[in-house]
Amino acid sequence: MMVRANWSALGQTKWYEYALRFLLGGIVTVLAGWIAQSFGPETGGLFLAFPAIFCASATLVAKHERERKERLGLSGVRRGIGAAALVAAGSGWGSIGLASFGLTVWLLASPLPLGSLVLACIVWLAVAVTLWRFVNYRV
Amino acid sequence: MEYIIRFLAGGLCVSAFAMLDDVLQPKSFAGLFAAAPSVALATLGLALWKEGGAYASIEGRSMILGALAFAAYSFLVCQLLMRWRCSALTATASATALWLVLALGSKQLILGQP
Repeated sequence: MMVRANWSALGQTKWYEYALRFLLGGIVTVLAGWIAQSFGPETGGLFLAFPAIFCASATLVAKHERERKERLGLSGVRRGIGAAALVAAGSGWGSIGLASFGLTVWLLASPLPLGSLVLACIVWLAVAVTLWRFVNYRV
Repeated sequence: MEYIIRFLAGGLCVSAFAMLDDVLQPKSFAGLFAAAPSVALATLGLALWKEGGAYASIEGRSMILGALAFAAYSFLVCQLLMRWRCSALTATASATALWLVLALGSKQLILGQP
């Protein structure tokens, strides 16, 4: 399965959808910091993997796919739900990468403060993409 | 002031990964970026700067449990969408309860702190 970028999809997203995601991202980050300060880093750390943004992303993907079908005069409800389910399946593999990110920070943040974040990003991407490739491999 | 920096850093990181999510095809690959470490990058960057490596390390350890709960959450969302034909908003919002139970429960069981 070939991975490609469809840049026209950026034009499909409306300004208020960008603003909503910015707002949600900001709020969740502020909340994660507040929880860590109030209840300690053990509890705060959990919320670094809180799926708040996923909710907005999956809903927008479903809406865009549905609208694309409806512009052709067809019902796009099933298409929208199917696209959101695919995003959910992909995020399942991404979350294993996210756990690897946490593991790298756990092991390396003390000896290598900034390097641990860079390495954690590389590990996240490598694990997530490798799992996705493995599951979607076709001869 | 610190919360304003957190808000802007979180908003920027999340928006950047969300744009990748929009652009990439197939959607199962784009889904990898729906579970990107966007909030983690903003929060841990600030934690490393303000509190040091030991504090960020503790957050990283808990994040592993949160991420595993995210994997279970994704599985449930997928099932709710494909088997029960729920809307994306209903499926993602209702499955959040599972994430909260698994993340907080596993932290209590494994790390054992209040």
